[in-house]
Amino acid sequence: MHALRKHLHPGWLIIAPLLVLVLALYLGPILNILWLSITDPEPGFGNYAKLGESDALVRIIWTTVRICIITTIFSVTLGYSIAYAMVHCHQRQKNYMLTLLLVSFWISILVRTFSWLMLLGRKGLVNVALEDIGLIVEPIAFMRNELGVLIGMIHYMIPYAVLPLLVSMQAIDHRVMDASRNLGATGSQTFWRIYLPLTTPGLVASTLLVFILSLGFYVTPAVLGGGKVLMVAEYISVQLLVTLKWGTAAMLAALMLFGVLAMLWIMSRFMKLSTVFGGAAR
Amino acid sequence: MPDLANTGSLQIRDVSKMFGTFQAVDGVTLDIEKGEFLTLLGPSGSGKTTLLMMIAGFLDITNGDIALDGSSITDVPAEKRNFGMVFQGYALFPHMSVRDNIGYALSVRKRPAPEIKARVDEMLDLVQLQEFADRKPTQLSGGQQQRVALARALCFAPPVLLLDEPLGALDKKLRVEVQEQLKDIHRRVGTTFIYVTHDQEEALSMSDRIVIMRDGAIEQVGTPKELYERPATKFAASFLGKSNFIRQGGKTFALRPEKIDLRTDHGGDARASGSIRSITYFGSMQRIIVDTEQGDEIEVDIDVWRNQEILSEGAAVDLLWQDAAAVELKDN
Repeated sequence: MHALRKHLHPGWLIIAPLLVLVLALYLGPILNILWLSITDPEPGFGNYAKLGESDALVRIIWTTVRICIITTIFSVTLGYSIAYAMVHCHQRQKNYMLTLLLVSFWISILVRTFSWLMLLGRKGLVNVALEDIGLIVEPIAFMRNELGVLIGMIHYMIPYAVLPLLVSMQAIDHRVMDASRNLGATGSQTFWRIYLPLTTPGLVASTLLVFILSLGFYVTPAVLGGGKVLMVAEYISVQLLVTLKWGTAAMLAALMLFGVLAMLWIMSRFMKLSTVFGGAAR
Repeated sequence: MPDLANTGSLQIRDVSKMFGTFQAVDGVTLDIEKGEFLTLLGPSGSGKTTLLMMIAGFLDITNGDIALDGSSITDVPAEKRNFGMVFQGYALFPHMSVRDNIGYALSVRKRPAPEIKARVDEMLDLVQLQEFADRKPTQLSGGQQQRVALARALCFAPPVLLLDEPLGALDKKLRVEVQEQLKDIHRRVGTTFIYVTHDQEEALSMSDRIVIMRDGAIEQVGTPKELYERPATKFAASFLGKSNFIRQGGKTFALRPEKIDLRTDHGGDARASGSIRSITYFGSMQRIIVDTEQGDEIEVDIDVWRNQEILSEGAAVDLLWQDAAAVELKDN
């Protein structure tokens, strides 16, 4: 008892109820899904074996990964320049930009997705306008294909990409850049040799966040993909609600979970994850 | 090391800096000789750091001109000025080793690797950090980081080294030690040092010349001894060291506390007399505050072993000093 008290910080008592709640409501269902994936419809690894048998499954996973990678690259690149502009402009403009960023968080993903249809759909604002001024004869197919899904996802993900980058850029001591200039470095030398390395933890955090969130995208591919772009989340929902193959759905969910964990593990081999999620480079 | 014999003099001509309507630096004219250790001394807000930042090229000059060895550098950007700088808080590159920090200036100039290595080794020797070459800055103590910053700024043999309160983050004992090292390094490299501080002891012990700044303008320029012995204004006298001010015949005189002697029964020679209000013991000396009969309050610093018999609070004393000790001030 004495030894236990010595090792157990009293703070644990305060968070214990919450911890129990998280374990029961979060870990419980996850374990249940893992269990389902190897027991339904019959015990064994039959569900996982489908990966080797079904071309459709492999194609869905490949589509998901491809779309997520493209989304991540564009969101993080655009997010990097937005964060850079926010950190380096005047306080007033910075407040405006921060407000706009937060507003985009508050708008429902459904609203944001459908507004793209109004803008870029066949009878959308852009196509109608282009047709009216005679630039095009046929509407351009922005929507109901992979391009539409990418536009919607990148748009949704940019604010998520900005936040970790913003934190890591704000943590940089500005005199370090002055020092680089003073030592004779050009602007691009300072960027590539000082600024970019110092924001790498933010870049990694931003990449991880966007990629992981993209993996689970459901509404945007369903609406903007027009049924032609099937991603894992939508497929899982079909398995659950239409074909009632819960085992397959659980297997795919488990696969995504392992994928994310594997990414975190690989990342942890290269850098301390605490610096990534702590934001600042120390 | 390149030959620095003919380079490193600065000519500052009527330089001003406005921030909006605020006049941060007001018409400063100053000649700095090559190889000189010049200190810009002043309280915060006196414009000393602004002046340094204009010399470095980080701030534009509103009016006036700065020249290096006679040719204007006013329009030369910071990265082309080739001035070394030690920043407040050092601003070391946290993701680079000590070696890469020091070699950065040569590396961005695309010098061959063997040359960089040889030069960095030379700098590591100079600041005695050979065994720390592969550490990251965060793994070093404050004093060691300060030496890395110095080596980094000197590595490309700049004609001028700018130092912005480089010892501000160090504790008092370490500071004295680093002052010695800085002076030693200055002697060895022969670079012009321009040093900004608000610490008068630092300024006195290290500088060839001190520029006292006040409200953006130069108050007085001179060697430490000139400034201490012959302050021109009340501000100069009280900012550099301690001083009493006495008024005689419509003029104001500055009188250093250690140049006054305390006696009893010197009726004839006494400059003033009064009674002791307080005695404070400082170890190496004691500070005695005397209320004079004229109603002034005069501070006297004297050796602790002297005058023991007469020194007690409330005792009547006479004050003596030599004519030369009282310095007439320009302002009244």
